Amino acid sequence: MSGTFTTSTARNIFFGGTIFFALVFLALTYQNEQIIPQRDQHLQLASNPDIAAGKKLWETHQCIGRHTLLGEGAYFAPELGNVYKRRGPDFIKAWIASQPTHTPGRRQMPQFGFTDKELDELVAFFKYVSEIDTAKWPPNIQG
Amino acid sequence: MQYKSQAVAKYYFVGAIALFVAQILFGLVMGLQYVVGDFLFPEIPFNVARMVHTNALIVWLLMGFMGSAYYLVPEETETELFSPKLAIAMFWIFLVAAGLTVVGYLMVPYAALAKMTGNDLLPTMGREFLEQPLPTKLGIVVVALAFLFNITMTVLKGRKTAISLVLLMGLWGLAIFFLFSFYNPSNLVRDKFFWWWTVHLWVEGVWELILGAILAFVLIKVTGVDREVIEKWLYVIITLTLITGIIGTGHHYYWIGTPEYWQWWGSIFSALEPIPFFAMTLFAFNMVNRRRREHPNKAATLWALGTGVMSFLGAGVWGFLHTLAPVNFYTHGTQITAAHGHMAFYGAYVMVVITMISYSMPLMRGRAANSNKAQVMEMWSFWLMTIAIVFITLFLTAAGILQVWLQRVSANPMSYMDTQDQLSLFYWLREGTGVIFLIGLLTYIASFFVKGETAKA
Ligand code: HEM
Ligand code: HEM
Ligand SMILES: [Fe+2]
Repeated sequence: MSGTFTTSTARNIFFGGTIFFALVFLALTYQNEQIIPQRDQHLQLASNPDIAAGKKLWETHQCIGRHTLLGEGAYFAPELGNVYKRRGPDFIKAWIASQPTHTPGRRQMPQFGFTDKELDELVAFFKYVSEIDTAKWPPNIQG
Repeated sequence: MQYKSQAVAKYYFVGAIALFVAQILFGLVMGLQYVVGDFLFPEIPFNVARMVHTNALIVWLLMGFMGSAYYLVPEETETELFSPKLAIAMFWIFLVAAGLTVVGYLMVPYAALAKMTGNDLLPTMGREFLEQPLPTKLGIVVVALAFLFNITMTVLKGRKTAISLVLLMGLWGLAIFFLFSFYNPSNLVRDKFFWWWTVHLWVEGVWELILGAILAFVLIKVTGVDREVIEKWLYVIITLTLITGIIGTGHHYYWIGTPEYWQWWGSIFSALEPIPFFAMTLFAFNMVNRRRREHPNKAATLWALGTGVMSFLGAGVWGFLHTLAPVNFYTHGTQITAAHGHMAFYGAYVMVVITMISYSMPLMRGRAANSNKAQVMEMWSFWLMTIAIVFITLFLTAAGILQVWLQRVSANPMSYMDTQDQLSLFYWLREGTGVIFLIGLLTYIASFFVKGETAKA
């Protein structure tokens, strides 16, 4: 690292390289925006206001602090991106309504006191998420 | 210490270490909840402990970066800080905001906290790492802007070096990418896509500029190697970082509803991300081997070398482990991810902040280096914490491999909860090692109070 390779050469390569790859990334992002409408279930989202309401409940009760959703979040409790397919709507509502289990030593989920309408909104959200095209992830129904 | 105003860094470093302790205590609470599920339920639910653990981490690292900048920039630019008063005021605002946020997390149910703090006006809460209420997020922006103003003004009026320029770019990038935390569309795919613009482009992008600049600064000081050489290395490292790391974001876009071409772009570019980390390792060792002086602060040199090695292991090796799409298909969102998160955060960002503290704190306290006795103790804490994080990572990796096998690969996949029961041995081992980490941290803090003979700065 000497001779003709000076600090200012290094700096120019840094700026040039960074700008070039940032532009490629932006192009990929643009392309991404064109393609996701085929995969992201936006029609369902637009036609059913329960989904957005369910997402907000998901956020304001900090479910991500224990569960993963499409593999992102905490790893303390089951994946919920595909819970709609794994358990179905009735089980999900009954489960949430019956917490906590109070089984000694078992990880406990709180009682959030959701109304029936709120439970329906959460279920609508889970149905929506389960239908997003995730390139066949997770490997099996257990998440 | 050459400039009086550098001393403001002390506030930030003390605040950072205090939050570090809080982070680890809540980590231990969670580690126990992993095996004794109803521990402290419902007083401290797991999700609350996790928020405190991760948010305290992020905030104390930010404080560490700010403190480092306040120490480094006057010396690099050869001028006093633009406004030391603003720096101190911002420290208190930051600390109080962080404290109130933690109290909010602990005392108020999250849904009520969201309501109280105006989440309905602009819903941003409830996403991993970005759980902070709106006023806290805005507070972070205000503190960051005031900080950047202060630092930028200082650089503008003084000598411009590559180190301060790179640091400044990293810090501006940090603030800019944080703005994506305010974007939270109902469309989950888009929400997740841009969430990573904060999270990934921080740790595998602009934060690495900050890391490189701090490391370069300390290496110049402790080795006496020519600035010319060190600055060239710095540019090479950050070039490699950004040309791999920006498109490397794609390694988070495999399974969240985004197009499948990301599997190629993400795999290829992120597989190259270990290279800048390896360059960092070579950089640290090379400079120390070519040293032109024997700096009395051996502990700081040890931390600098440790940063080089551990960031490569945690981010480079453990990152590579699960970054190729066909592997990530099985490991995505398992204990493997947690294993990598721990070693990468510790090896890169915790260690670089401690490197800076280790180098600068003695100088701010009026001596060239701590007494031999204090340094020996500090080196003990280095080994305790570092070996503990290595074993935490190994145990989580073992748990993760078993988890992937039982839950995702085997012919009769087990349910999530049944699988967790099978992993408890590893979770116990992790918790035990966590206690050693805490002992290491307490040893580190104790080393600040050890007296003994010291040379004047
Ligand atoms: C006493 C030592 C520690 C223990 C017992 C501990 C425990 C934990 C636990 C149980 C989680 C939650 C995992 C989950 O979501 O299920 C976690 C997350 C996390 N911890 Fe720690 N931790 C410790 C130290 C540290 C240190 C030193 C760092 C940083 C340097 C750190 C950084 C993180 C990060 C970044 C996450 C989020 C990981 C992710 O989302 O993948 N922890 N920790
Ligand atoms: C210092 C730098 C780094 C830090 C602090 C870091 C930290 C983290 C954390 C905390 C997560 C978990 C995020 C979540 O909770 O969802 C994560 C995920 C991930 N990291 Fe890193 N990382 C670093 C560098 C790297 C590098 C260089 C690579 C690749 C070579 C990499 C590959 C990955 C992958 C593939 C995931 C996704 C895991 C999954 O699918 O669950 N990381 N990283
Ligand atoms: Fe990443």
